[in-house]
Amino acid sequence: MAVRGVNIKIEDLTHRYSSRSPVTFDKVNVEAQAGEALVIIGRSGCGKSTLLHIVAGLLGKTSGSVRLDDKEVTGPSSRWVMMFQAPHLFPWMKVSQNVGVGLSFAGWPEKKIRERVAEALALVHLEEYADNNVQDLSGGQQQRVALARSLVMEPELLLLDEPFSALDAFTRAALQRDVRSIGKELGINLVMVTHDIDEAVLMADRALVMAGAPGKIVHDLRVDLPDPRERQDPAVQATRSRLMQIFHDAAHAPSGSSSGSEADNGDPPATEPESVGIKQHV
Amino acid sequence: MSNGAATEVVEVATQSQSSRAFQSAGRRLFNWVAGLAILFGLWWIGGYLIYINPDTTTFADFGPIPTFEAFPILWEDGTIQAAVSASGYRLGIGLLIAICVGVPIGILLGRSRTFRELSNSPFQLLRMISPLSWEPIAVIVFVTWNQAIIFLIAIAAVWPVAFSTAAGLAKVDPAWFKVAKNLGAKPWHMISKIILPAIAFDILTGIRLALGVAWIVLVPAEFLGVTSGLGYSIEDARETLSYNHLTAMVLVIGVLGYLLDSTCAMAIKRFSWHRQT
Ligand SMILES: Nc1ncnc2c1ncn2[C@@H]1O[C@H](COP(=O)(O)OP(=O)(O)O)[C@@H](O)[C@H]1O
Ligand SMILES: [Mg+2]
Repeated sequence: MAVRGVNIKIEDLTHRYSSRSPVTFDKVNVEAQAGEALVIIGRSGCGKSTLLHIVAGLLGKTSGSVRLDDKEVTGPSSRWVMMFQAPHLFPWMKVSQNVGVGLSFAGWPEKKIRERVAEALALVHLEEYADNNVQDLSGGQQQRVALARSLVMEPELLLLDEPFSALDAFTRAALQRDVRSIGKELGINLVMVTHDIDEAVLMADRALVMAGAPGKIVHDLRVDLPDPRERQDPAVQATRSRLMQIFHDAAHAPSGSSSGSEADNGDPPATEPESVGIKQHV
Repeated sequence: MSNGAATEVVEVATQSQSSRAFQSAGRRLFNWVAGLAILFGLWWIGGYLIYINPDTTTFADFGPIPTFEAFPILWEDGTIQAAVSASGYRLGIGLLIAICVGVPIGILLGRSRTFRELSNSPFQLLRMISPLSWEPIAVIVFVTWNQAIIFLIAIAAVWPVAFSTAAGLAKVDPAWFKVAKNLGAKPWHMISKIILPAIAFDILTGIRLALGVAWIVLVPAEFLGVTSGLGYSIEDARETLSYNHLTAMVLVIGVLGYLLDSTCAMAIKRFSWHRQT
């Protein structure tokens, strides 16, 4: 499987769920080169999932535009595929059928589906599980099946909505490493949403900080670190501290709305970034 | 038959030393045979008591021995085959109509709140009408008795199919639709690849219930009007005072119903993806 990425251009994207609900996010602008891995980080409720659903063509926008290689996104496509927080596998299908389901929707012949499914399962290290019942797999293995199910479509852009947040730390670490290396190997774009700063540092070429209500991209940090990235690496730690600081500043920014100041009340005084040794969720 | 089963039990018992699975399968087979043996034993005792009582001795043909003697006769003159095929036809068409109407109604019930709320009281009301009470109306509405009986079966069987389908749909994870859409599913894929396989278990469970109801409705419905079928053959045997023919046909009804139900149970097991834990 060899694919390439896509140029992403999000311009003045604005969204509200209905005329009565508040603006979810306002005039979001993002550009990315083919092959880049973007991680959007922000508190829950700031509109990350909504943004991702719009980019995936699963949700309509209110105004603005999402262009992939200069073509407007108007609906779902095998060229941009989304992976969700839960695997949502189809329990009546075995592993290989789950992985091949998108190809069967597209009317591929059985034989070609089998070949492509085998490749995708190899990418996620689940070759031996092709004939298993998905209900017998662990949470991490199920999420790998969901990853293979997305990759089998050979998307140019893989969208990931907090895909590892339900997994244990070890499984999560392995999947973070694998997804990043698969993305690089295939040359595709990743746009991932998370509330985990570590995850952003370990996986991003660029980390976008989203904050406020309505949400905005308040910072765009280039993460220039060699692969594979190790949590203990001082350079990784330094980037992490930097991102923590940016995140903290964004939450305390005077332009922040009521929800931002609410967070102020209970917070301890500004943490020394270097002093934080353990993983921290935002 | 009992001989063959006995040898099977012995064989299973020998293998049981090496395998627990075989042991429990053997135990189940033994109890299956034993349960039937008890039933036949009670029948035989009942028949014997009827026989020795001078007041009831004319009904001694109800006992198992005259009944089993009737089988070759009923088979050779084609009574059994004719009755089974006539009833089977009515049952099959009636069930088919119930499924073709019931599954879409069930899907509507499960997917549309308006339809669910609007149809709730009429459906509950219609459902509680004993299927056989439609008989006089059916006879007026339909040209032939055959059609009327098929209608009775269909109206009895449609409810379990519809309600089971709706109940199955209620358990369908909405995220499956999102995932499928994301992977390029067309609307018909949602039905054929997601909804139907997801609720096949529930539909089949509904069909099994429907079959049970239809089987119960079928026989009395055939008591009137028609001159074929299992119900008719019982009624006919009663009128000609051939009691052993009567019990033989009752036995045919029991065995066939049991076989049909077991087939459904096997299909349900085959299509069930639910983990029983
Ligand atoms: N279907 C919906 N209808 C109305 N409001 C919604 C809906 N989904 C989410 N929201 C609201 O939109 C905001 C952004 O939600 P979401 O995109 O899920 O945030 P995040 O993924 O960053 O946690 C939240 O305030 C949430 O309550
Ligand atoms: Mg979210």
